[in-house]
Parts: sequence; structure tokens; C-alpha cells
Amino acid sequence: MAIWLTKDSKVIVQGMTGSEGSKHTRRMLAAGTQIVGGVNPRKAGTSVDFDGTAVPVFGSVADAMKETGADVTVIFVPPAFTKDAVVEAIDAGIGLAVVITEGVPVHDTAAFWAHAVETGNKTRIIGPNCPGVASPGASNAGIIPADIAGSGRIGLVSKSGTLTYQLMYELRDIGFSTAVGIGGDPIIGTTHIDALAAFQDDPETEAIVMIGEIGGDAEERAAEFIKAHVTKPVVGYIAGFTAPPGKTMGHAGAIISGSSGTADAKKAALEAAGVKVGKTPSETARLMREVMSGR
Amino acid sequence: MDLYEYQGRDVFEKHGLPVLAGGVAETPEEARAIAERLGGRVVVKAQVKVGGRGKAGGVKLAADATEAYDRANDILGMDIKGHTVHKVMLAETADIVEEYYFSYLLDRANRTFLCIASVAGGMEIETVAEEQPEKVAKVAIDANRGVDEALAREIVTAGHFPAEVADQVVDIAIKLWQTFRAEDATLVEVNPLAKISSGKVLCLDAKVTLDENAGFRHADHEALEDKAAVDPLEQAAKAKDLNYVKLDGEVGIIGNGAGLVMSTLDVVAYAGEQFGGVKPANFLDIGGGASAEVMANGLEIVLSDPAVKSVFVNVFGGITACDAVANGIVQALAMLESRGETVTKPLVVRLDGNNAEAGRAILDSANNPLVQRVDTMDGAAKRAAELAAAGK
Repeated sequence: MAIWLTKDSKVIVQGMTGSEGSKHTRRMLAAGTQIVGGVNPRKAGTSVDFDGTAVPVFGSVADAMKETGADVTVIFVPPAFTKDAVVEAIDAGIGLAVVITEGVPVHDTAAFWAHAVETGNKTRIIGPNCPGVASPGASNAGIIPADIAGSGRIGLVSKSGTLTYQLMYELRDIGFSTAVGIGGDPIIGTTHIDALAAFQDDPETEAIVMIGEIGGDAEERAAEFIKAHVTKPVVGYIAGFTAPPGKTMGHAGAIISGSSGTADAKKAALEAAGVKVGKTPSETARLMREVMSGR
Repeated sequence: MDLYEYQGRDVFEKHGLPVLAGGVAETPEEARAIAERLGGRVVVKAQVKVGGRGKAGGVKLAADATEAYDRANDILGMDIKGHTVHKVMLAETADIVEEYYFSYLLDRANRTFLCIASVAGGMEIETVAEEQPEKVAKVAIDANRGVDEALAREIVTAGHFPAEVADQVVDIAIKLWQTFRAEDATLVEVNPLAKISSGKVLCLDAKVTLDENAGFRHADHEALEDKAAVDPLEQAAKAKDLNYVKLDGEVGIIGNGAGLVMSTLDVVAYAGEQFGGVKPANFLDIGGGASAEVMANGLEIVLSDPAVKSVFVNVFGGITACDAVANGIVQALAMLESRGETVTKPLVVRLDGNNAEAGRAILDSANNPLVQRVDTMDGAAKRAAELAAAGK
């Protein structure tokens, strides 16, 4: 099993005909993902060939869902059109929308999030500016390389793409139930807490790796949640211990402002909740290995 | 992007908010001319993107244009918490009776926007929130509904604004929201929002932060960027679309992905503790693609920093295969030489992930004496720190 994305997930791609969209659709197909369609109103009725697999293009998310039974959409459209693409996915009532696009204005993210809330939170939104979700051996929705690690008993949730890959690689012999990249923007749909709750309920996840970074207080809130609701072992890592205040470190959300958002504060909060926190990715992997060796 | 106060004032004025007449000067002569235009009596304010300038002596009153010249002369060039003052804003003076606080900002935790309003203004809102929390109103704003008159009245009531200024504050609340929205701001803060002796309420300060991701729909925002104040290396990197932040150490850092690069900075700083405290010289994320050209551009920027004594290239091959990255490094070094640059600083390269073996083989066969290959992140960080310490 896995969380949110399984071998039965039927995935469509908004922006499949663009360069990023088509590159990653090919990779997702190669990873075994059931890609059932693409969405592009100007190319509706055509199909795109991916190494012998013809993927039909639909005019809207609603059409694609009606024709294929799709329940997941992966969004690659450019930043200026992302808000409309997500709102369309929400209005069509799809279960999961994975927003890969980087550089979405935060007012747009706030607007589609408010729309999701107002319409009853029927669509789980992951991202924006995230690598997506991978359930190794089953399905892959996004840009996480499928061959880093196989399926296994660790659940992973991370703000950072490459740190997700790094930790998956270090723990590839144990394997992962699902890895979720939630993205590093100031406003994101799915949070650490959502993923922690889902991993806690997933019978095949035995332990959880949580990767955070400087900025905001999402890790502190996750620590509170772990204390109250998570009984499975959690190992944490925070990037940016040595980052100076006031400088944005790559991700729009990764900035220490005033005294808040520091890695030390996050580490302390997590440790107070019983989470073992590594100082480096390799130490984090070692801590997880210790946890798993007793199981 | 944080704006200077004078830029914020202009943005406020453009959206119809009540501000005092003012101007910005880079020399005492300009300051005198502006003061004359404003009628002589002015306040001269240092333009720095840091709080506490008043206490540091960066805000002074001038009775006439000659005094404005003198005060500008005092303030220009002043150092306020590490920020050199290059500009002063001159504004009409106001006879302040009461000081309030008003802002809209991003509320990350609740994934929406927040209004903070208080009748206790003129000091740091964090202090007010701590000492007199009952005086601070926090009202969540729905991103799609925004602030209409009814909500503005709610805010004014929640903030305990006096009845005689309520209508004016309601109007300001609506216009400030429109500013926040129309400009794609992540913060608009007015502190103080002041009642003056005539009874009028004015925005006497303007703190504005704009969302750079929204730059594609604001052609005018680029001109607000203070290119002179940006580090020259950061400027050069930006021109090449590289995500670079200058830091104050000796080990140049190049990596792919923001999180991995941040993590690399930490690992290098820890390793540096064993070698006389060498530290990372920069943050540079070359992104997923990492072509030879991007690698060459990145290396060029990092190597041109005189503080850099060694470079650590830390790449995890995810989407990009490591053999492509290795080819990129080899070609980048050749490209730099063909651009007429002599590379003398050692490079430590760590490649892991997709096609790592092939990538390592390419580096080995290129056999460049400057390039050292270390296959773990911790080991490579240590080697880079050691080389930087030796090169100091």
C-alpha cells in the first residue's frame, strides 16, 4: 500500500503537450504510472505518442475524468496559467492535484487554495513548486526519479526535491511506501502534517522521514502534531542551520525573518516531540537505519 | 523584493492612499532643492531596508532648506546596522496626535492573508503584541473575497480605532488591500498610520514587499530594484538566471536543488570547524538541468569571487544523469579557458545518483589536476574545507 497514489491511480497531465509536461509524462509512463490522458483545449481530440503508447488529449479536466475515470492530475502549465488550471481541476472534482510548476505568484496560490476550501476541500492539492508523489513500484505522479529506490516500509515527506532524492538514495535498500514532495513555497496545499497523518494511518508505512528547511513554522506545527498523534517513529532533517537571516535560499519560502524560521528552533521543537533529528543527510539516514534495524 | 520607504510611498500614492508630499535625494544639494519645493520644514529620513533607523539617528527634523542640506549631509553615508545610507527621503512634517498600526501580510500557517491593526502604533508591532495583546487585532482575509467595506468596518472595530477616525481608517483599509492585491505584495505595512492635528489620518511610513514570482505581470516592478545595492556577484548571477546568494566564507558551493544546496552549506560549515573555521562562500543552485553552459556560468561566478579558495560541486543526479553533469564540468573548465580565464582554484566534485559511475569515470579520464573526486557528501565537504584552509 501507499498513501494517495497507488497502482490503480488513473493520472492525467495538464500541460502534457508542453516540453516539461511531455518529458515527464514519458518518464511517468516508464515508471509504470497509468497515464490515461492529457488536457489541452486547443489540442482536444488528438493524441500524443510516447514510445508506442498513444495518450489521448482532452479539452478539459472534466472531459478527461468522464472519459477515463481519472482521479489524479499532474499540472505542468506555466506560472501565469497555473491558478486557472488548478481551479479547473478543483471544479471538476478530481481527488488529487499535483502542482509541479515553479514560480507561481503567491496571490494565485492563495486564491486557488481559498477556492478549494470554499468548495469543501474535495481535491487534495500538493505543491506548487514541488517534485510530486512517488509510490515506488506502483505509480509516480511528478518528477521524482522512479529508479532511486524501490518499494519498502519508509514514508517520506519533504519540502525539497533533491533532498528527497538524496535520502531515498541513502535508504534505497530499505525502500519507501510513498515519498511526497510538498514544495518550498510560502503557501502550499498539502503540509507535513497531512502527510504525517496519512503515513500514521498507512499499515505499510513503519517509520517516517520528515525533511524541512528554514522559513515559516510548518516544522514546529508538525512537531506538535507528532507529539499528539503520531506513534510511528519519525526521523527528521532540517536544511539551513548555517543560513544567514534575511537571505532567501532558493525556495521562495526559505528565509529566516527576525528570530523565526531558524533551523535550530525547528530542530528543538522536533526533538521535544521525540523526533530524532540528523545534522546532515547522512546522519539522518543512519538514524533511520537504527530505527529500522530493530524492526 | 523589499522596497525602500520612498518607493512604498510612491506606490501608496498611486493607489490613492493619503501620504505626505515627499521626494528622494542622493546628495545634500538634491535634499535642499526638495526641501525648498516642500516649503522648507521637512523630516529627513535615511532610506535603508532595516528597522531601528530612528534610534540610530537616521531620522531628523529640519526647520528649513539649509538645515535639510545639513541633516542630509549627516545621514548620507551613515551606517545603520551594516547598511550604508545612499538615499534620504524628505517629507513634509506632520503634527502627530495619535499613532496607529495597519498591515496586510501573508499568513503561511493558515494559507491565506492576514490583517493586523492596532491603535498602538509607532513602535514595533511585535512588542505591542507581546505587552498589550488586547490592542492587536488580527483578522484573516479570504484571498478571493478580499476587503470590502463591511470587512473593513469589522477590522476597525476589532482594532478599537476611535469613532472620529473610523471612516478614514475604513477607506484606508480598503485602498491598502487594493494596493496589496494589485501590486502582488506579500506585505504592506503602515507604521505609523497617524492622526494629525487637523484630524486627518495619514500613512507616515510605507513598508512594502513585492512577490518576485509575480514579476511577469508587473513590468514596472523591475525598475524598483536597487541594482547598485545588490552584491556585484549576485547581480552577475542574476543576469545569467542563476540562483546565487553571496555569503562570507571561502568554500565556493555549486549544487542542484535549493534544499540540497542549503544542506551542502551546513555540511561544509560543520566540516570547516576542523579547519580553522572556513565557511561556505555562497549559495548557488544550478537547478535540475545543469548543462555544460549552466555549469560554466556557475563556475565562472563562483571562481570570480576573490574570497573563494576552493569549490565544492555537489550534485545528486535525479532527472539529470551524472555523466551529463560530469561532461558539463569538463566542458565548463575548457569553456572558461577558452574565455581567457585561468582556473587555479581546486574543485572537489561529488556525484551520486543517476549514472554516478559513468560520471565519475568521465572525471577520472579527463584527469584535470584541479578536479578531485570524492564520492560522499560528507567526505567531499571535508576535502573542500581542507583545501580552502590550505589556500588561505
